[in-house]
Amino acid sequence: MERLHWVRHRWQQMVGVDVGRGWYSSAAPLSSKSPLDAQEPPAHRLTGKRRTVVARCGPNQSEYHSVCKGYPGNSISTTKYSLLSFIPKNLFEQFHRAANLYFLFLVLLNWVPVVEAFQKEITMIPLAVVLTVIAIKDALEDYRRYCYDQKINNNSTSVYCGKQHEYVDRRWAEVRVGDLVRLCCNEIIPADMVLLHSSDPNGVCHIETANLDGETNLKQREVVRDLPQQGSEFHPENFSSHIECENPNNNLRRFRGYMEHPSKTRVGLHSDNLLLRSCTVRNTETVVGIVVYAGHETKAMQNNSGPRYKRSKMERRLNVDVLWSVVILLLMCLTAAVGHGLWLNSLKDPIYLIPGDPPPALAGFYMFWTMIIVLQVLIPISLYVSIEIVKLGQIYFIQNDLDLYNERLDTGVQCRALNITEDLGQIQYIFSDKTGTLTENRMLFRRCTIAGTEYPHHENARAQELYEEPAAEGGCSNTLRSRTSHRSLSCRSLSCNRSSTSLNTLTRDSDTHSHDDAHPTLTRGAFSSAMECVVVPDPPLQLKLGGLSSPLAPPLKQNAAELSHILDFFLALAVCNTVVVSSPTQPRHMVQLPVPRTPLSTLEDMKLLLQKLSLPRFALTSPTSANAGAQPNTPPQPSLTRRLFARGRSATFTPNTPPDPRHATLAAGATTPPPPPTAPPETSPPSRLALHPHASGDHNTDTDEDDDDESEEEEQRLYEAESPDEAALVQAARAYGFTLLGRSPEQILVQLPGTGPLSVPLLHLLPFNSARKLMSVVVRHPVTGQVVLYTKGADNVVMDLVSSDAAGGDRTGQQALIKEQTQRHLDQYAREGLRTLCVAKRVLEEAEYETWLKGHMSAETCIENREELLLDSAQRIENNLTLLGATGIMDRLQEQVPETIEALQKAGIRVWVLTGDKQETAINIACACRLQRPTDKLLTANCDSKEACEILLAELTEEIRHCEESNGGTDAGAAESPEGAAALGFTLVIDGRTLDWALQPDLEKAFLGLTQRCRSVICCRSTPLQKSQVVKLIRDTLRVMTLAIGDGANDVSMIQVADVGIGISGQEGMQAVMSSDFAISRFKHLKKLLLVHGHWCYMRLANMILYFFYKNVMYVNLLFWYQFFCGFSGSVMTNSWVLIFFNLLFTSAPPLVYGILDKDVSAETLLCIPQIYKSGQDSQAYLPSTFWLSMLDAFYQSLVCFFIPYFAYAGSDIGVLSFGSPINSAALLIILLHQVIESRTLTSLHGVVLIGSAVFYYAFGLVFSVVCVTCNSPTNPYGIELHFMSEPSYYFVSLLTTVVALLPRILIRAFCNTISPSDTVRAGIMDRLRPEEYWTCVSQWKDRLHSKNVQSSRLPPSNLSINADPPHSTDCYPEACSVLS
Amino acid sequence: MMASSYNAKEEDGHHSGAVGPGGAGVIKSKKPDNTAFKQQRLPAWQPILTAGTVLPAFFVIGLIFIPIGIGLFVTSNNIKEFEIDYTGVEESSPCYVCSFNYTWNNTTPCQCSIPFSLDQPFESNVFMYYGLSNFYQNHRRYVKSRDDSQLNGDKSSLLNPSKECEPYRSSQGSPIAPCGAIANSLFNDTLELFYNFPNGTSIPIPLVKKGIAWWTDKHVKFRNPGGNNNNLTATFAGTAKPVNWRKPVFELDPSDPDNNGFVNEDFIVWMRTAALPTFRKLYRIIQKKKDNMMPTLPRGNYTLNVTYNYPVRSFEGRKRMILSTISWMGGKNPFLGIAYITVGSVCFFLGVVLLFIHHKYGSRNNNADIPN
Repeated sequence: MERLHWVRHRWQQMVGVDVGRGWYSSAAPLSSKSPLDAQEPPAHRLTGKRRTVVARCGPNQSEYHSVCKGYPGNSISTTKYSLLSFIPKNLFEQFHRAANLYFLFLVLLNWVPVVEAFQKEITMIPLAVVLTVIAIKDALEDYRRYCYDQKINNNSTSVYCGKQHEYVDRRWAEVRVGDLVRLCCNEIIPADMVLLHSSDPNGVCHIETANLDGETNLKQREVVRDLPQQGSEFHPENFSSHIECENPNNNLRRFRGYMEHPSKTRVGLHSDNLLLRSCTVRNTETVVGIVVYAGHETKAMQNNSGPRYKRSKMERRLNVDVLWSVVILLLMCLTAAVGHGLWLNSLKDPIYLIPGDPPPALAGFYMFWTMIIVLQVLIPISLYVSIEIVKLGQIYFIQNDLDLYNERLDTGVQCRALNITEDLGQIQYIFSDKTGTLTENRMLFRRCTIAGTEYPHHENARAQELYEEPAAEGGCSNTLRSRTSHRSLSCRSLSCNRSSTSLNTLTRDSDTHSHDDAHPTLTRGAFSSAMECVVVPDPPLQLKLGGLSSPLAPPLKQNAAELSHILDFFLALAVCNTVVVSSPTQPRHMVQLPVPRTPLSTLEDMKLLLQKLSLPRFALTSPTSANAGAQPNTPPQPSLTRRLFARGRSATFTPNTPPDPRHATLAAGATTPPPPPTAPPETSPPSRLALHPHASGDHNTDTDEDDDDESEEEEQRLYEAESPDEAALVQAARAYGFTLLGRSPEQILVQLPGTGPLSVPLLHLLPFNSARKLMSVVVRHPVTGQVVLYTKGADNVVMDLVSSDAAGGDRTGQQALIKEQTQRHLDQYAREGLRTLCVAKRVLEEAEYETWLKGHMSAETCIENREELLLDSAQRIENNLTLLGATGIMDRLQEQVPETIEALQKAGIRVWVLTGDKQETAINIACACRLQRPTDKLLTANCDSKEACEILLAELTEEIRHCEESNGGTDAGAAESPEGAAALGFTLVIDGRTLDWALQPDLEKAFLGLTQRCRSVICCRSTPLQKSQVVKLIRDTLRVMTLAIGDGANDVSMIQVADVGIGISGQEGMQAVMSSDFAISRFKHLKKLLLVHGHWCYMRLANMILYFFYKNVMYVNLLFWYQFFCGFSGSVMTNSWVLIFFNLLFTSAPPLVYGILDKDVSAETLLCIPQIYKSGQDSQAYLPSTFWLSMLDAFYQSLVCFFIPYFAYAGSDIGVLSFGSPINSAALLIILLHQVIESRTLTSLHGVVLIGSAVFYYAFGLVFSVVCVTCNSPTNPYGIELHFMSEPSYYFVSLLTTVVALLPRILIRAFCNTISPSDTVRAGIMDRLRPEEYWTCVSQWKDRLHSKNVQSSRLPPSNLSINADPPHSTDCYPEACSVLS
Repeated sequence: MMASSYNAKEEDGHHSGAVGPGGAGVIKSKKPDNTAFKQQRLPAWQPILTAGTVLPAFFVIGLIFIPIGIGLFVTSNNIKEFEIDYTGVEESSPCYVCSFNYTWNNTTPCQCSIPFSLDQPFESNVFMYYGLSNFYQNHRRYVKSRDDSQLNGDKSSLLNPSKECEPYRSSQGSPIAPCGAIANSLFNDTLELFYNFPNGTSIPIPLVKKGIAWWTDKHVKFRNPGGNNNNLTATFAGTAKPVNWRKPVFELDPSDPDNNGFVNEDFIVWMRTAALPTFRKLYRIIQKKKDNMMPTLPRGNYTLNVTYNYPVRSFEGRKRMILSTISWMGGKNPFLGIAYITVGSVCFFLGVVLLFIHHKYGSRNNNADIPN
């Protein structure tokens, strides 16, 4: 079934329905604007921009009828046809395709009496067969969709019914816009709704969007603000607000509108208020929403598009050759037309001419059309269908490759684009993302610098290295879950294992989503590397932090400032993120136990306590610090804090336990069927949780146990982060006691060292944005009560925003010092290949905050330009920051990345790395993954202006040339080729700014010239847009095949632009995968995908296409030669059924098998000797020359195949059809044996198909000649085969013809393969050797290549470094490489 | 099924709804099966054409083809064939007058006789052919111009022939039987053969006219309407004779009812249209006398008596009479034999060349160190 589905889509594409999904059309979303903005026609935007929604059952019924009636209902129908419309509509679609139109034209032509060549029905057969097959596929496919639709439309949900004044169950299909829908936990949302009520006291609800984008982490949605009913029960009757929102669109992450209450106050609506259809409600008991988009207008449905279609390079080449075939056809028809006219002209009233024929000239004209019908086979109708089938087969094999299967994620390759398999074999440039693609994207906190002091975390590094091995292998998490040390906290950050679930949900069948209460725990359990995430605190830092609470060591003044910094730093790490906390034992229920109700009150208590006890002390210091934006002058009273913390500690144990028994039961209920792996015998987390109500009762009596419980509890905590960095940072903070406990839209619950949970009021969250490269939170400081902005972001951005003009010389000096030191540390981190993030804060004055807030609110409620306004607003507040410190996060290389890159480079593929990371980090990774060899010369290009850039490019190019010349200059020309560049080994490192200049039209050329001389190019600090620009530039200017590989949303544009886009299904959601053509799970899979499958697919398809052309030309020419002996009258010597079926039946299966199964070189050899890949890059198998050679061969063979029987039977009493009989059988044998010659592998399957085809032909011929007595005039075959196959001459003629026809090809192949075999042939020969010989051969081959390289790369081992600005020497750090790898 | 993962995302809208109760079950691993087929490790024969591998084939072809060629050549050479052109183009030809004057409209036949002599005696059965040149029996419109179901004895087609027969479908209101251009142009010369004894007397050579058509044609494909009805005249009542014919179809061979009407063998042979513009068609068989040792056609002088009915000069056609014995390979044609010998020799020669190449280059292949 799936296949049908798939073929249908393919067909859609073929018939050209998907006009918009063209070749390069995907570049549009590159712009920072949303795709919708770019694509929406302006007229539409102006007129029908908004929709108004009012509740169906509320007080506004009359308005409802006038406004909302017009919106479509929620029933969906994804079927394309109805019973009635199927035939006309399907035919209409099929005839969108040029080939079908051509054949329809032929059929119609055959109805014109004067040109009629065959019986009318015969010419219709090929077309009818193709149309029928596709129509059947379409029908089945559509029926399947219909069944799906029915199933969905019949789902029930509870909708508020105005008449009955209660919620009643309705079918999904009956839900309408304006309906109020109530959903319970784990229910699927039937339509896009605005959230009006949630059982959660904070007015949030969580949804899982796995059905939409494959991301399984929970997303938080909020009830519309200021809804009057909030908090109490929701009364649908009272809901009378209007909703104004934008018209349906496909942007999942954007929803704009406002709600107007009866009081005329407007509240902005945004995507956080919208529950999307087909998502699942999690963690929230009940929610009520009002439907705003229903049915096909929902975002889910609008995003529901089929797989991607691209046209492969070979297909373009193929179309050219099809045109050539047309030219040949026209030439042949013209010849026949002229010949017929001349022939008729020379005749005078012969008995065999039928009186009343038109004059010669007109007859010649008619003959032209007749010949088009007769020779129609030359244009291969079955070629397109065959190519489709072959590609299906190829994809089937790619997807079934065990080597590309990832055991841990339980996923193989996903082929999302179905028609570019052969492009994999022709890749010349690879553009790779770094993070998550080359590296694991499993972030590990490595080290940090706070207030200018570096904390190297040596222990941490050691621990991580220690666990590297077991982690790589993967084990069982149960042991880890049971009990780890109290100190080193295990992070079971969901980001680690989310990939597994998300992939599963992506690829597994739909039913998994609903039962994930069981499955995800299972999959989660399968992942084990919790130990990897362990952060071992750095002792000095630990000591300093300890000093905070230790009464013994009175801190110095300097120390106090530093301590405050440290506190702020870790608080920022814990707070400044969007991490959602949940527990593994309740997979879809967040740990919200401490947050609600009672804990709140305790927190209030604690706050009071805080104020009572310590604030007087703090108050002395903090106002000053707040005003100055600097550090407190007086140290906090250690003993007091200690006391405070101690008290706080005892106060917090209560909230740890769920006060509401309902929660406990819910939690227990959710985990009632725990699969065995999740329930370790010694400690069973579910039961523990269930026990908590008990514990809450008598916690005071047994504090020790509570301690245990707490640690237990901590270990159960899961951090679901949008990006792995965040999770790593939260983990790091946690290691120092700054634990993030929970999060709600209004507050963040954190635990500071020694304290219990503190509620930090979250005033604002400015989410991460790639333009700002920052994310910030505005919180009210839990201790000081100030409004503080915490920011973390890319170092260069934060460094720029750090205040340099703050008042007070001393502090500025100190800040400057910190900044300088931090910068130094940052550079060092980057050199080590760590990802760096800076953390900064800003203390806001209340008034300042108020003003900003006002502006921000207005920006938020704005419908148009909201993004820009929000950006502005964010920039208004994110400045004048105080630098707190920076972190270094390690991202380990994926396994076998260096080997893969090396192999790809050997295969003649240039690998570029495009990353947003720092230059040093990028160089380091490049070094580690052997993109750049230690002997390579590094060219760095950083400059500030266009002029500088121009000069720099010229200089670098000159430098390379100089180097090449000094190197001997023997292969100056070779430098252009990949091998030449590889031998010389230059690596260009260019940063984003310089890249911007270099990409400008007038510098493009210089840039390209330079890059072509480099072995690899590393673009760092590049934006998504730049990435796609680079790919586009290379692709369009150099006309090469490009491949882009990436894993994150920032790679999407690049993936879409490249000829082949590959997504890595990794940690960062599924966006890259969704936009890719192929999705793999590890970078190393690229090696086999390209070198083996790409090579095979290319060779197979190329050979098959050539064979197809050959076959058609060879067969059709037989008919053409006959025209010379029948007065160019369009006569055929073959039974017309055989003629039509020859292509359609007798010789159609072998090419398919050939195209799917042929294997020129074994996978092992292809992997061992990547150089073989070059044959595909140069399109060696399918060049114009090979096309014409096979045409020539076809001509030769047809000549032989016609003229040997001709001479053998010349002058004899042979009849028309009798003459065709040996010709046909010889042609069949030749065509089949030709394939045997061309095949590199012949399996039993080949044998069956080849012999089957021959047997089928003969059986058909014999049966036909026995059965068909009067049928099929004038080419009635009665008795012919029978008669002729009993004659020996038939066999002698067939044998001689076959041998003579095939002789030249065999001979030439043998000569070529012997005298100068191509790489593929040599590899093929090698494959046939015995193992020991084979390995010597492989090593010999490698040696030879190596020696060649060495010869041409005698280079001075100096490092070349040219920098315009700033002068900056770069080097490759082998030691860092070793650390990384 | 193939590509099961491909459309997992595509049905997003559907997935949500396709959720049924129960069936958590064990997650089926997506791990591909480790079978030879799926992993593309099927045992395979890898034919790589190198000098070394194809060289035996060349020798074998050479060794097989040369004997076959010699056999065919000898067989062909043993076939005796005599051919005489009686078109009467040259003025010296006895049939010159006939050919010059004759048109389809003539009502009286023109007779001419051509003497010839056979240098060699013809043993065994001798087949007598008439040959036509420059006669495009394979012209598309001509080939189509027939009605097979009429010829198969279909009564309705008899009276209502196929449109393909136009313009030879009806004549003066009544349908033509047999209709069409092929039938209309039936070869209607009568050839008779006389052996001239040296003493001046001549005896006619018995010509058998049965068995010249294919058995299947005679017995299945061609049938008179109304089955084995001897009264063909009545059967064909209401039909007209083809325009160029002298007599209607039921009078083609009045002497033998089994050879009359549509099943007339001369007619059947003619209806099997020739593939090439120069062709021969079997006319009569001269059977070897069973009792005596005399050759079928002894050496000596013969006379061919032609009743000249078939004009060919208008389209520069030629008419021939051919006498030929026959072998297991059919008629005389030295081409196949020569071709086989040539191809066999060439293959053998190429085999030698390949042997040389193999010797020179072949060993290097195995070491895989051919310089590029």
